Amino acid sequence: MFRRTAVAVLAALAALALTSCGDDSSPSAAPSSAGLSGTVNVFAAASLTGTFTQLGKDFEATHPGVKVVFNFAGSSALATQINQGAPADVFASAAPKNLDQVTDKGTPTTFAKNELEIAVPKGNPAKITGLTDFANKDRKIALCAEQVPCGAAAKKVFEAAKLTPQPDSLEQDVKAAITKVSLGEVDAAMVYKTDVLAAKDKVEGIEFPEASQAVNDYPIATLTKAANPDGAKAFVDFVLSARGKTVLTEAGFVTP
Amino acid sequence: MRAGRRRQRIGGRLPLVLVLPALLGLAFLLVPLIGLLAEAPWSTLPSRLFSADVGQALRLSLLCATSATVLCLFLGIPLAWLLARAELPGRGLIRALVTVPLVLPPVVGGVALLLVLGRRGLVGERLDLWFGFSLPFTTAGVIVAEAFVAMPFLVISVEGALRAADPRYEEAAATLGAGRWLTFRRVTLPSIAPGIVAGAVLCWARALGEFGATITFAGNLPGRTTTMPLAVYLALETDPDVAVVLSIVLLLVSVVVLACLRERWISGLR
Repeated sequence: MFRRTAVAVLAALAALALTSCGDDSSPSAAPSSAGLSGTVNVFAAASLTGTFTQLGKDFEATHPGVKVVFNFAGSSALATQINQGAPADVFASAAPKNLDQVTDKGTPTTFAKNELEIAVPKGNPAKITGLTDFANKDRKIALCAEQVPCGAAAKKVFEAAKLTPQPDSLEQDVKAAITKVSLGEVDAAMVYKTDVLAAKDKVEGIEFPEASQAVNDYPIATLTKAANPDGAKAFVDFVLSARGKTVLTEAGFVTP
Repeated sequence: MRAGRRRQRIGGRLPLVLVLPALLGLAFLLVPLIGLLAEAPWSTLPSRLFSADVGQALRLSLLCATSATVLCLFLGIPLAWLLARAELPGRGLIRALVTVPLVLPPVVGGVALLLVLGRRGLVGERLDLWFGFSLPFTTAGVIVAEAFVAMPFLVISVEGALRAADPRYEEAAATLGAGRWLTFRRVTLPSIAPGIVAGAVLCWARALGEFGATITFAGNLPGRTTTMPLAVYLALETDPDVAVVLSIVLLLVSVVVLACLRERWISGLR
């Protein structure tokens, strides 16, 4: 009795495996003559979550048959993943340094610029006024870790202002930092202008003059080992197009 | 009845149908570790090993894991006793709820802790208001996060040991006039000691490796909340060699501790 059930289960598993193998046989990279098809894997910095999700939807609307799949994370984490062989077609980084970490890529193009801004919870309960509060040990501060572009830019800003920040946490990407602010866990965080805008119902932004000293250039590039090179190029062109510029500017980026 | 612990001689009567998957399983677990050792930057290892960051992260990791285990022992053993011995209604539900942190993704656990014990959390708000103390971004926060994810291991292990323990010894102690607390201390605890040790070891190991709940709830700051797993994750992004060194250090420490404990205590106090 047991042996029969075991054989039945094994047969069912084998059938399942064979059918899923069958689905994979459809080519994801070969472009049809009618246009693009398949999947475009886009690895993008966490700060591009809102804008690129919108651009992905617009791209899918203008290119039916193509699916855009995103992986949003800290740019340094993404660069490591790509170098370790993660299947990416496009990489949009929040700083040139992280794009340079990737070895097999096409020519990068700067598609947006972002500036830093101080984010405080709605109502500013800790009465943060500016950069000097970041050097105050009694305040709960969240910064991005230095490895991520937002943290590297913050470091430049503090050096320009000759302040030593006293952070309570170094977050691994800018979205984690702003989440801490929107939850009210920290009094202030150093994030991008675009993140403050994206979370404007839960956070308030405080601008500061030194922000212009550390502007982040966002480069985008196709990857040499892309499984869908035509789709990758089309998506990069779409980001650089007028529609791409509109979406990015609305979100607070500065487009070149 | 003594649980016979005589070693079976390999090759004698072990069936091949068990040995082959067993060896495969062993290889599956060991090959990544061997890969880690193979990829280590052996030439620069000594200088990296004794850097301040590594020592700091390691000390913090060991301190927090041990403290979390102690906390789990204080809370988990009574809880396990409650689940095993007390005739509560809805005991099955309580047991299921106790094991939830096991199946919960650690980051979700961290978010849950933040929503309750954070500065604006249900309990945390009162704590902050009355005592000016909040758990996130402190070493105590790391201990709480680690204890949250690791406690189910201890509770399950001790509850299992309690259920398997012979109740006749406790009954004998009662007939001899021993109070309940004395019986628990001198009869029950020693008889379930191997279960407690096994649970505590699992609890310690789980707490040592905790990442998601720690980084979400306690944040990341070197010296205060950056444990080894957090240090490895961040190092991986810029300098994979440092990440490998940190991983090897953690691996060695864990192996040493686990190897020291496994044989002597878990095989029973006979």
